[in-house]
Amino acid sequence: MMNVLVFVGINTILAVALNLLLGYAGQISLGHAAFFGLGAYISGVLTVTYGLNSWISMFIAATATGILAFILGFPILKLKGHYLAMATLGFGIIVYIVFNETVALTGGPSGLSGIPNLGIASLTFDSDIKNYYLVWLFALISIFLSLNLADSRIGRALRAIHDSEVAARGMGVNVRLLKVQIFALSALLSAVAGSLYAHTMTFISPASFGFNFSVELVTMVIIGGLGSIYGSFLGAALLTLLPEILRAFQDYDIIVYGLLLILMTMFMPGGLVRGVPGILLSLRPARKQGREY
Amino acid sequence: MLSMTRTLFVALLITAQATIVLAAAPPIKIGALFAVTGPASFLGEPERNTAQMVVDEINQSGGIKGRMLLLITYDTQGDATRAVQAATRLIKEDKVVAIIGPSTTGDTMAIIPLVEKSQIPLISCAAGIKITEPVKPWVFKTAQNDSLAVAKIYEHLVKRKITKISILTVSDSFGSSGREQLKNQAAKYGIQILSDDTYGPKDTDMTPQLTKIRTNQSQALICWGTNPGPALIARNAKQLGLKLPLYMSHGVSSKKFIDLAGDAAEGIILPSGRVLVADILPNSDKQKKSLLSYVKDYQKHYKAEGDHFGGHAWDAVMLLKSAISKSGENPASIRGQLEKTKNFYGIGGIFNYSPADHSGLGKDAFVLVEVKGKDWKLVP
Repeated sequence: MMNVLVFVGINTILAVALNLLLGYAGQISLGHAAFFGLGAYISGVLTVTYGLNSWISMFIAATATGILAFILGFPILKLKGHYLAMATLGFGIIVYIVFNETVALTGGPSGLSGIPNLGIASLTFDSDIKNYYLVWLFALISIFLSLNLADSRIGRALRAIHDSEVAARGMGVNVRLLKVQIFALSALLSAVAGSLYAHTMTFISPASFGFNFSVELVTMVIIGGLGSIYGSFLGAALLTLLPEILRAFQDYDIIVYGLLLILMTMFMPGGLVRGVPGILLSLRPARKQGREY
Repeated sequence: MLSMTRTLFVALLITAQATIVLAAAPPIKIGALFAVTGPASFLGEPERNTAQMVVDEINQSGGIKGRMLLLITYDTQGDATRAVQAATRLIKEDKVVAIIGPSTTGDTMAIIPLVEKSQIPLISCAAGIKITEPVKPWVFKTAQNDSLAVAKIYEHLVKRKITKISILTVSDSFGSSGREQLKNQAAKYGIQILSDDTYGPKDTDMTPQLTKIRTNQSQALICWGTNPGPALIARNAKQLGLKLPLYMSHGVSSKKFIDLAGDAAEGIILPSGRVLVADILPNSDKQKKSLLSYVKDYQKHYKAEGDHFGGHAWDAVMLLKSAISKSGENPASIRGQLEKTKNFYGIGGIFNYSPADHSGLGKDAFVLVEVKGKDWKLVP
């Protein structure tokens, strides 16, 4: 169980990061698994092939991915709607192919193994319970940062962009730069999650960073609730834990999983964070009425 | 929410029933991880089917010294993250004594640190050479090394005095492992690779690569991939009128390949486990008995031909059965007993494990077969 909670933590960082972009600024990305993968692979290759310290590799991975996203953001974020989805999708696929094809560097489809754990002095994060505290420390920091960001002037500016870019620009918001900055921040956080993943799993292969995972991340954010940091945590937790719980259905788990997702989007279009209280509220008055009459 | 509570309740009921049925005698729990869905399902599905079939049969014939076996299977979807989660669950919650699978090299490499630390024997059904080289105390495998398949093809080329070839490999773990071996061993056999191309697992037209090959001096083409890519290559080659002898990998050693490639499959030569040609093997062949019984059983249960990949799971379960019946169900003694396995006549070949060799098979694990008249014929 501890092992799954480690993944809940990693996915929470990813969902929070994507929510800043998708939920607040209203810019879709179908390529976030690529940033996650870049973080993991840069960390992995630097430690395994070049013998660098894990923390330094993690720092380089996060910065490099952030800078890449910043540069990439200028042309890509000019696009809107479906076109933006297509461009980020394309980016995700390109990165996935690079992971697969550069066999000498990444180990190709069979993966990269022997990635060292993170450690401080004599403490090595080599067990599930230690990794649990490590990953959740990072998850809490990213939740805290994101909450602050969302409540700041920047958060309000992002929501303004979400509703109307023209109006936001009219109010003096530098729309273009802000979109790129939030894209870079989101990528940077995803890369941190990627590094954590690489150092806790000690093995990475391209299959974990494909298009499917990008879609899963978007699903986490939407199921949890767009524009709610706590919602992202709920979405990440649900989508990570659900497959474990549904293993009891054996061969039918995928069908049940799909059905639950459909039901949740049908009856809680605002996501878990709004849907669950909504359902509870709608139940309560009905009961009272029943008693009165 | 309501629906979720209800499904959870149903889930609990199902597990509860399963426990009641088996409560009679405490079963020996064996874990299995296969890529039943996802891109590697061509491996995982026959493996899962075979493993379940073999375990059912062992139980019907009285189990191992009266103890039933319980096979707990999880789907990895060919994704390392899921493989690790499922393996953790098998070890920590289901408390299995040994694990068979996973189906792919990537999944196997991902769970190796975990099984080594938890000291649970693992019999992988994946072929990657990295799995057992260097030898890891708790990790064994049943799939033949790709290097053996390559050696088999190269020996045949040498016999035909072919020295210049082109290779065309798929860009997934199966193809990249084959490509590596093809390149590494070429010099040893005096073979020169004139062109080295790849294609994507989902590509539908390989004419560009083949056109390039047509214009160079190659005397043969080796294609390394799994269905459906190689069938398309065979068809494209025929359309282009490419007259080179075409060699494929054991990745397509199933009837499905002949169905997909149709007439274009005629004359193609590939290395395969003996399972494909079980019925035409000479009676002196020591594996023949295992092979025939596997093919017959699989046909009976699943109305399909037992293939090469399902055979890996057959070998894994049977190796485990023989180790457990000799040494008991303690993971450490199972591991020790597996390492002592000698002359085990399986589906993939004749297994001889030792402390220095956890892959256990020699070059004779492969035979060369040729497609003739929509069926397989042995190449002498």
